[in-house]
Amino acid sequence: MIPLGHYLIVSAILFAIGTAGVFLRRNLITILLSIEIMLNAVNLTFVAFGRAQGTVDGQIITFFVMTVAAAEAAVGLAIVIALFRHRESLNPDAFTSLKW
Amino acid sequence: MIALIPLFPLLGFAINASMGRRLPKTVSGGLASLAMVASFLVSVMVVLQVANLAPTQRAVEQTLYTWIASGDFNLDLTLRVDPLSSVMILVITGIGSLIHIYSTAYMHEEVDREFARYFSYLNLFAAFMLILVLGASFLVLFVGWEGVGLCSYLLIGFWFEKKSASDAGKKAFVVNRIGDYAFILGTLLLFVRFGTLDFQRIAAAAAPLAPESMFGILSVATLLLFIGATGKSAQIPLYVWLPDAMEGPTPVSALIHAATMVTAGVYMIGRNAVLFSHAPETMVVVATIGAVTALFAGTIGLVQNDIKRVLAYSTVSQLGYMFLAMGVGAFGAGIFHLYTHAFFKACLFLGSGAVIHALHGEQDIRNMGGLKAGLPITYWTFVIASLAIAGVPGLAGFFSKDEILFETFAHGHTILWVIGILTSLLTATYMFRLVFLTFHGTRRHDAPAPEHADEEEPAGHGAPSPIAADAPSHHSHMAPSHHLHDAPPAMALALIILAIGSVLAGYVGIPGALGGHNALGNWLEPSFTARSVTTLAEGQVGEAGASQASEAGADANGGLELSLMLVSSAIAIAGIALAAFIWLKRRQIADKAAAAFPGLYRLLLNKYYVDEIYDATVVQPIRIVSQEGLWRGIDVNIIDGAVNGTASIVDGSSSVLRRLQSGSVRAYAGSLFIGVVLILGYYLWR
Repeated sequence: MIPLGHYLIVSAILFAIGTAGVFLRRNLITILLSIEIMLNAVNLTFVAFGRAQGTVDGQIITFFVMTVAAAEAAVGLAIVIALFRHRESLNPDAFTSLKW
Repeated sequence: MIALIPLFPLLGFAINASMGRRLPKTVSGGLASLAMVASFLVSVMVVLQVANLAPTQRAVEQTLYTWIASGDFNLDLTLRVDPLSSVMILVITGIGSLIHIYSTAYMHEEVDREFARYFSYLNLFAAFMLILVLGASFLVLFVGWEGVGLCSYLLIGFWFEKKSASDAGKKAFVVNRIGDYAFILGTLLLFVRFGTLDFQRIAAAAAPLAPESMFGILSVATLLLFIGATGKSAQIPLYVWLPDAMEGPTPVSALIHAATMVTAGVYMIGRNAVLFSHAPETMVVVATIGAVTALFAGTIGLVQNDIKRVLAYSTVSQLGYMFLAMGVGAFGAGIFHLYTHAFFKACLFLGSGAVIHALHGEQDIRNMGGLKAGLPITYWTFVIASLAIAGVPGLAGFFSKDEILFETFAHGHTILWVIGILTSLLTATYMFRLVFLTFHGTRRHDAPAPEHADEEEPAGHGAPSPIAADAPSHHSHMAPSHHLHDAPPAMALALIILAIGSVLAGYVGIPGALGGHNALGNWLEPSFTARSVTTLAEGQVGEAGASQASEAGADANGGLELSLMLVSSAIAIAGIALAAFIWLKRRQIADKAAAAFPGLYRLLLNKYYVDEIYDATVVQPIRIVSQEGLWRGIDVNIIDGAVNGTASIVDGSSSVLRRLQSGSVRAYAGSLFIGVVLILGYYLWR
């Protein structure tokens, strides 16, 4: 039986990797992927806590998160394609027309 | 039954206002006249019913419904006919009917739509005036009071395409509003003091009180009511609207500004006779204002050149007499004069209307003259009415004016009596100046001129044109009056009936000194005391001091009355003779007098510059405060400033805050992340 702390450490590492990806990468698709990693890090935490407490709540919430993540990926990718058509670029720094 | 009296004209108004534009003139005019005649017949029946009651019980009431019920305050919509209001409704419906009939001919040149509009206003006016005199409480009276104000605005500004007419309408409305304001305050004060608005109840509550020797609540309330009366009845200081009101059609001047509406103030004081006689301070004010107004307006009337304006000032002057009578406690005499004045002033106005009609809109008496031959009916009725207003013995004005002057003298107001006598002389002079300039001599007017007469009035600032500027020799074209047409039948009928009335109306009030028994005075007496309240539960019966005094005075001073009568008759005849001498024989005298006192003449011609003074002291300050202070100052700076200031605060702060909108997604994400960490950190470390 793996103790709860190990799951949480893995989850924290995954979340940090995702966060770093969002901040450091300059490609929108990579950023979206990084966000997915962050979401899955959280999912891992939910499932770990659920198992540690012997309930199914964590798993149920995880399903919700996965559904939302799928929808988010669909919408997000559609936006990315639209942006690409518009600017011929995937660098988020190129999209600054709302800047003051 | 009583409700029918105002209901008939109201119905006429509703019909003419709603579908008058589709009716031919005969139908709309006939309908309006019929409504008034029907109302007159009902009034006669009601008055007969009242007359059959015992003298102290003479009052018929009809409560239509409870108008206001709020806590312990109940106000019924009650109409009441007592001797005072019976005189008023007969005058209003009787003379009103004649004026309606006259108008059908006078206004015939208007198109159908305008014609119906005119008659709908006229009927509405009559309805409101009847409500005013029939109302049994201050609030019902006030409905009529405001209603006649509205209708006078509508009728004075009837030809509203003309700037001067619409201005005159506004002026009448605004000036009346000032008086109404005081009237409301007075009414509220009485309600606070007595807890009721019913005339009889207030009279019953006031009667047992001692007359206020100091300036108390009754004095203040009656004074406020009197200010309201000065607005409605054109007394100093609020008389300025009446002369300008001559912009309306002439029958309107006859109906509103001679016979009915302007008498509302006199009526209102008569209605509250008990109240006023408990406020001697107010009575002195009323009498003084009345006498001063009479003299003041009389002097202006002496030099005016517009036929209707002369009559307008004479109305103001005669109303001054009525207030003089009210002020000395001779309420019966005041109402008597109101009643006779209605006949001869309506006759004079309608006569002047016939002249204007015949001359196609000419109103300047300097352009008239020699109309006697062409307009015989108009001439004779005009002369009769002028004799009546001058106070020549035997005609209506003589009895009423003499009663007022006698009462003034008998109550010890010698100075006011002298003013009255002086005004009497002026009245006779300016009325016959009008008669002689209009009808006698030779024609100074060739072709019927278009309507421009309204321009001439106050324009004569610089070069004073002497009274009878055009001496007969000047440019007398000796035009034959072949294109003059005398009053058509409907107008002639009204003129003749009113002229007969001007002769006979006085005989209902022959004073004791001449062997009569002052029937009208006795008839009115119960209305001026709290006696007729016996039917009410309060039962507190009191006798107004003033009426006793007048009774006693009338008995004791028969001889005095006769000699005073001789004096005033002599004065009246002297006035006529003076006018005849100046304006028939020696017109140069008038010119010379005007040339000898150019300052005085200009002062009178410009009506003592009262309009200019009001403009400078009241209108302009209000205009400047409104324009510079309220508009440019408060509105633009403070109110607009608050709105614009909000916008500029948002603008300014956002120009600072938008610097945060860097456009760098990572900066946003970083700030989001840091924010989350800080919030979580706060909760964890707390």
